Amino acid sequence: MNYFELFDCPVSFDLDKSELTQRYHSLQKQCHPDKHANASEQEKLAIVQKAAQINDAFDTLKTPIKRAEYMLQLRGIDMQHETKTLQDPMFLMQQMEYRERLEDIKTSDNALDELMAFEDDVATERKAMLKQLQTQIEQLTEQADLAAADQIRKLKFIEKLQQELSRLEDELVEY
Amino acid sequence: MALLQISEPGQSSSPHEHKWAVGIDLGTTNSLVASVRSGECLPLKDETGEVILPSVVRYLAGDEKQVGQLALANAELDPENTIVSVKRFMGRAAKDAKASFADLPYQFIGEEDALVALQTAQGTKSPIEVSADILTELKERAEKTLGDELKGAVITVPAYFDDAQRQCTKDAAELAGLKVLRLLNEPTAAAIAYGLDSGQEGIIAVYDLGGGTFDISILKLHQGIFEVMATGGDSALGGDDLDEAIVVWLKEQWQLTDISPRLSRVLTEAAKKAKEQLTDNDKTQIVVELDDQTSKEIELSKEQFEALVQTLIKRTLMACRRALKDAEIETDDVIEVVMVGGSTRVPLVREKVAEFFDKEPLTSINPDQVVAIGAGIQADILVGNKPDSELVLLDVLPLSLGIETMGGLTEKIISRNTTIPVAKAQEFTTFKDGQTAMAVHVVQGEREMVADCRSLARFELRGIPAMAAGAAHIRVTFQVDADGLLSVTAMEKSTGVQSSIQVKPSYGLSEEQIANMLKASMENAKDDIRARMLAEQQVEADRLYESLTSALDADGAAILPEAELAELRQSLEQLKSYRDNGTEEEIKQQISALDTLSQNFAAARMDLSVKQALAGQNVDEV
Repeated sequence: MNYFELFDCPVSFDLDKSELTQRYHSLQKQCHPDKHANASEQEKLAIVQKAAQINDAFDTLKTPIKRAEYMLQLRGIDMQHETKTLQDPMFLMQQMEYRERLEDIKTSDNALDELMAFEDDVATERKAMLKQLQTQIEQLTEQADLAAADQIRKLKFIEKLQQELSRLEDELVEY
Repeated sequence: MALLQISEPGQSSSPHEHKWAVGIDLGTTNSLVASVRSGECLPLKDETGEVILPSVVRYLAGDEKQVGQLALANAELDPENTIVSVKRFMGRAAKDAKASFADLPYQFIGEEDALVALQTAQGTKSPIEVSADILTELKERAEKTLGDELKGAVITVPAYFDDAQRQCTKDAAELAGLKVLRLLNEPTAAAIAYGLDSGQEGIIAVYDLGGGTFDISILKLHQGIFEVMATGGDSALGGDDLDEAIVVWLKEQWQLTDISPRLSRVLTEAAKKAKEQLTDNDKTQIVVELDDQTSKEIELSKEQFEALVQTLIKRTLMACRRALKDAEIETDDVIEVVMVGGSTRVPLVREKVAEFFDKEPLTSINPDQVVAIGAGIQADILVGNKPDSELVLLDVLPLSLGIETMGGLTEKIISRNTTIPVAKAQEFTTFKDGQTAMAVHVVQGEREMVADCRSLARFELRGIPAMAAGAAHIRVTFQVDADGLLSVTAMEKSTGVQSSIQVKPSYGLSEEQIANMLKASMENAKDDIRARMLAEQQVEADRLYESLTSALDADGAAILPEAELAELRQSLEQLKSYRDNGTEEEIKQQISALDTLSQNFAAARMDLSVKQALAGQNVDEV
């Protein structure tokens, strides 16, 4: 049973998040270990495994990048254990510029404001990239799938950058 | 619906029988037990009418011990043998305890990474045993009050407790003879106490400043589902630290050096009293008798106290900020803030929390009792008294799990705030030709270096077929159950020969150790250990018999071929006969045989129930 089947929904990038959440809740109301506190040990093991699978499925389906990666995996493109690196000089160049901007902020007098502005810029870019990813995924050609895989790799760069920005924010905002 | 039947096996035989279950708040400073009676969950009182049991155990020479108020009263007299706030030592390695608690009057025992133990007049006592003594006291209180044996207990732990601390808590409960229905996170318990009371929907924050730990949890309540969105905190920051800040100040003011264990206790108690006084007063007098019988007196004002603890409170708010961020919400999204723990009575704490969340925190349920009450409600549901309950708790892993890689670095396997239960698999390969074994080191924590994380387990994978480097594929699965406890299984899958191993983390107690300790404590109580163990197996057999019978009745014919169904039924009857006439060992073996035999059936039923869960929703599908 793949994750879409588990949640009984069509294999699509465009999922209704509230509908998905509702199904998740229905599944957990049935399968959560607390609903089987008096079951035998063997059943408990099966229940824990099923509940874990449901949690993993929900996490995969609700997160756009993970969902796209999973869809590609169903189409035979496995990115989980890949060692392939991104070949896009323009994009990589821009990442280097971002890194420099991050370093500059650390020593700036107006660090917090600049950081917030930077975070907004990155968030806007991420949104645009996700939109592009959706178009690629929906084309259903091999070429578009490969482009989507590249897009996911780029988005992972962006996510990592966002994590670093948020770490810096933690350091700057001394409550 | 069929699955609901198997979760309530007691129902088929006697539907109206009430099963007693309790919630226990095993706190750093105080412990409580609560139970649902006549539909209401209330803390249970001791003979003197007290609800709170100080978490203190004193071991006297011989085999007498004192627990609670009596032990606390004697703490100053006999500090070395009176274990106060034992929760701080749960699941801690000896070297950490020795480093962190050097000032305490205890003699810590243990090598480096081994679990710490304490030297007392009754010999070495592990924190697990000390906690078990506290739990036993509460269990006896409950059984006396409720007039019957307990069928199960929910024990609360700080959300921020790591795997070792949780495992030790569960071991302590088992040692006390309690059937643990669930380990429940304290903030989640508090949310249940408030949530079920008001039937509220939306996002709530639980600020829990306990005696020794600080937790912040962000929960979403929706149609009976309690979903923890994020949790954070500090397992080494608590109300005790507010007292400690006063102690440090007193030592400075009076220029005290060379503090005796007795004086150390006296100062701590005086500080605690002063903190409590300053809740309703602007100043307080602190009077302490020094070791040379001279008396010292000093005034502490509210402003002075607030200046002393300001940084500590700031640290809790930093954790709140991080938790909101992890939950990806703003302070405005939070509709209620629940306060838990005695130290949230400190006015500055309330003030700062109100300021941070921009709303008055909820304090209508006694902050000392709210956790036990929530746990009691959950215990009542889990034991099967409320089959129609909609309540589901979706909790999260508080700290990331990872493994050590080259160069002492951590590779994360499961990140913190992932909803549990969770299972993640990781593939490993050999790096030398002909390599047949490899070591895996599991750690918990957020830091990049292994040395900065908590070491959970080291295990070896053996029997890997000799192959060229990189050819073997070993799949290691990390599973965390609903209690937040980890188990690891490993499998070599490249050769078709699949070997599977079960790995238990290296701390905590083995089943044999628990059995031995139980036996020792039973001998003291002149109880009959064999009778008790037989009774336990009989209960286990009844449970299995009823649940499997009703499961087979419901779905057996649909799922299993006739021959397998007949075999299972026959095996069940065998179990029944052993249950009535067999030895403890025979029952045990039959249970495990049946467990293996019903494995495929259990898995197939889960798939069936998943389909049923969504069946109702297909109708209004868009």
